[in-house]
Amino acid sequence: MGTTLLIDWTRCEGRGLCAELLPEVLTTDDWGYPLSIREDRSLEVPPRARRYAEEAIRECPRLALRLLDS
Amino acid sequence: MTGLITPVRGLLGARARTYREHLDTVGPLPAVGAEQLVQLVAAAGLTGRGGAGFPSARKLAAVGSRRSPVVVANGAEGEPASSKDRALLIHTPHLVLDGLVLAARAVGCRTAYVYAPESVLDSSIRPALTQRRDRLTITPVPSADTFISGQETAVVAAVQGLRPVPTSTPPPIYVKGVKGRATLVHNVETLAQVALIARYGATWFRERGTDDDPGTRLLTLSGAVARPNVYEVAGGTTLGEAISAAGGALEPIQAVLVGGYHGGWVPWTAHAAQCPLTRTGLSAYEAHPGAGILVALPARRCGLKAAAGLATYLAGQNAGQCGPCRNGLPALAGHLQDLVQRRSPAHNHEEILRLVGTVDGRGACHHPTGTTRMIRTALRTFRNEVELHVAGACTELQGSRKGA
Repeated sequence: MGTTLLIDWTRCEGRGLCAELLPEVLTTDDWGYPLSIREDRSLEVPPRARRYAEEAIRECPRLALRLLDS
Repeated sequence: MTGLITPVRGLLGARARTYREHLDTVGPLPAVGAEQLVQLVAAAGLTGRGGAGFPSARKLAAVGSRRSPVVVANGAEGEPASSKDRALLIHTPHLVLDGLVLAARAVGCRTAYVYAPESVLDSSIRPALTQRRDRLTITPVPSADTFISGQETAVVAAVQGLRPVPTSTPPPIYVKGVKGRATLVHNVETLAQVALIARYGATWFRERGTDDDPGTRLLTLSGAVARPNVYEVAGGTTLGEAISAAGGALEPIQAVLVGGYHGGWVPWTAHAAQCPLTRTGLSAYEAHPGAGILVALPARRCGLKAAAGLATYLAGQNAGQCGPCRNGLPALAGHLQDLVQRRSPAHNHEEILRLVGTVDGRGACHHPTGTTRMIRTALRTFRNEVELHVAGACTELQGSRKGA
């Protein structure tokens, strides 16, 4: 069981809000687009960061984020 | 399975210009039930021939369980180094259409499409359709002449009359595709194989190939080989056997691009020549057979220059939709060109490695991932060339040949 952040790359414009709200998972690349902080580039959201992930989803101006529970 | 018809020997043995000639060659289309067809294809172990290599029976079953699905024969073949789909559609259009009819029947679909370049539709598919009476509406849809036009979600977009660029998943197209309906997109070679399997059976299919890679597959061989062309080989054929099938190397070669522009550069060594052209056989080289594309690179050429040329082309073929791809691929191509020109080579080499690590896997489709794979394998296979460039030299410059 894990929770993963899904990014709709066709919507994302690299505004960068998600990386500010969710530093447990995200940083930004050279152009400001969200990038996993992990070596394996996984976008798994640890349970303690879930509420921040939900906030990032709400605040994304492009509605480009979703959570996938598996 | 068959009456008086002797099974043909593979796809290229089934050439026919007219429907009459086609039936004389391969026999009538048998009345195979939906479940029976899925079982036959599963028993044959057929995998997709468009590049991803997914088990075909599982795709059929996934779409077949849904309401009013749509089936598309995908012959877009955006890969510049591939011509097997075009060859198949020109020489055996009815075999592909038979496969489409069977797949449609298997999933309970009444709306089917053939997605291929306009020139192929015009010269082969439209004339073929006028010769047949299928209880199925088959609509030809012209494909765009772009690298990514054959990507599944781009195919779904094109069939709906939208710009043929990939869309974001999930949901996958087998859940929600053309007009929101479950959609099955099969490569035309896959469908042609289905048409033969339905006629001659799974055991016939497995007479050639290996357990790991049953049946035959089409390869497009080009570059420094004696006879560049489309060849049909048994599954499990090694890289060396494939090069031999095309008459062998024309001159000393150093590497083979396996799997096309999204594939991997494999060094031409005794070990590599013995590797079967399968996912497992090529895993040591991070390569995969893809759509069966092989390009042989002469030893006198600079491998980095060849890779930079491909990277520049692929960067230009990005759909402009996803930030990591839109920004990352042109940057990567630029650093590669700088490395080729020996401008700050050590710095550019490091930047390429860093960007490959950040672009990989980030996009709506596999375009960034496939492109970074090609670049990563190039840096590994041509590492001597990287060292030459860092030292201010290049294989293609006089007096700086490798080992000289």
